[in-house]
Amino acid sequence: MTNNMELGTLGIKDIQEGLQKKTFSATELAEASFSAIREKDPKIHAFLEVTENLALEQAAAVDKKVANKEKLGALAGVPSALKDAILVKGVRATAGSRMLENYTAPYDATVVEKLKGADALLVGKTNMDEFGMGASTENSAFGVTRNPLDEERVPGGSSGGSAASVAAGEAVIALGEDTGGSIRLPASFCGLVGLKPTYGAVSRNGIIALASSLDQVGPFARTVEDCEIVFDVIRGKDPLDATSVDAQVQDPNFKIQNLRIGVPKEYFGEGLDPVVGDVIKNTLKKLEDAGAKLVEVSIPHVQYALAAYYIINTSEASANLARYDGIRYGFSKAGNTLLETYLESRGEAFGTEVKRRIMLGTYALSAGYYDAYYIKAQKVRTLLKQDFEKAFEEVDVIAGPVSPFLPFKIGEKMQDPLAMYLVDIYTVSANLTALPSLSVPAGKAENLPVGLQLMAPAFQENLLFKAGSVVEALK
Amino acid sequence: MITKEQVVHIAKLARLKLTEEEIVKFQKDFSSILDYFGILQSLDTKNVEPLTHSVAAENVEREDVEREADPAFSQELVDMAPSQDQGFLQVKEVFGNDK
Repeated sequence: MTNNMELGTLGIKDIQEGLQKKTFSATELAEASFSAIREKDPKIHAFLEVTENLALEQAAAVDKKVANKEKLGALAGVPSALKDAILVKGVRATAGSRMLENYTAPYDATVVEKLKGADALLVGKTNMDEFGMGASTENSAFGVTRNPLDEERVPGGSSGGSAASVAAGEAVIALGEDTGGSIRLPASFCGLVGLKPTYGAVSRNGIIALASSLDQVGPFARTVEDCEIVFDVIRGKDPLDATSVDAQVQDPNFKIQNLRIGVPKEYFGEGLDPVVGDVIKNTLKKLEDAGAKLVEVSIPHVQYALAAYYIINTSEASANLARYDGIRYGFSKAGNTLLETYLESRGEAFGTEVKRRIMLGTYALSAGYYDAYYIKAQKVRTLLKQDFEKAFEEVDVIAGPVSPFLPFKIGEKMQDPLAMYLVDIYTVSANLTALPSLSVPAGKAENLPVGLQLMAPAFQENLLFKAGSVVEALK
Repeated sequence: MITKEQVVHIAKLARLKLTEEEIVKFQKDFSSILDYFGILQSLDTKNVEPLTHSVAAENVEREDVEREADPAFSQELVDMAPSQDQGFLQVKEVFGNDK
């Protein structure tokens, strides 16, 4: 038993072992999390709400199981943070928006049921860009989150609070949601492992939607091993999400000597900060030294991916966010007519970036522009998918940077929406093509973390974890 | 280049009340963002099928069996609405003299 337990050094397996050996209790783990939050969160602001009672109840249940020598779930006693777009019954879910400031979730998301079923401790809800729209967590209606590794800088976004909570040692794992890079970018900026699973691998039931054909829930962790354990808990088919599937390809014969790593030349061109490029190239060289085969590949349509992504993202967002009408739930400001109620409620409660994207999506879907924008973007999606299929005929995984530059300063990109969109340039392709993608720490430049992005064919997360573990062990 | 009138028109379609300041800002933002989207027009996609979903989607059907409704849960959902009457959501009249 210890009063100054540091969560920042514990992995999931350490926690399981400690609980079994009674080195510490689940209640002590929960207390260690709250204590770290009390100490660090006034500055970092990773959390929008800390769910102490819920976590303590869950901890008591775990401690009882330990006392009764019952079997423990895979995440027993693990302090876990959740992006505030993920519903937990009876707990507020704001999605970082004034629109949902007083919205209490009436049911659990499927991933939350799974975490609860695995005996995890849900310690709180984390800050995010409003409705997931942003790359820095500066677009939250409830203030910015700071990067625990450099408090003058952003943690990345949109799942910045989840990443910051793990990087600050306030939680051991966290769930985020990735529509165009919203898990991988904050993982890269905060020196963590983050997975965007294959589209359909994890249920989206109970997740506040941004762009339904792109959204996926996934884990943040400090190690590849922890990331994989969480993914195994949350994945699988769910009758409440018709797009979910139960499929995973296993490769028990993985050997780094047999791994063919595709390096797309388009990911190392103009716009990439050379200091980031150097860390990535250095890591690839080390993988080659370890026995992997590097193969230059080409994804010719990647130059069109970001434009196609933002057309699809804004179009789907404009449709998804039509549900916030001031009538059913969320913020409402009554007008004299039905139309006025819509205009006033939405005009007042949505932030600038949300309005900007709803407007862009409405424009792209409007009569006369639908073919030129929306259909065109979906055709680019087809071409991009074909590019990746062709590349995967020659290689097992594809590697490149997560972000074109290092974590940037708070405020640096807030005045220029297009500059903020360009942050996503290397991450959106995985969402457009459904492919799984892992961000894994590759090293540092100017004392700031740089993440390597690994992509694999659909449902081969397993391969990403194996390759990611090799990267992790390089140093 | 997108006109101010277009911005106002889109805002109405999107059911968003914008301030004068927002209208000016969005007009400027949209011009640069739509310029950027313009890169797609240079790409020949004549014989390419659009991809609506990144994974092959089939119809998914549940079994056609009666499901128990939980009146307490239904009421909980209705209670989220700002205005309700006897279990129904209340809205301003839909047919009227609205322009």
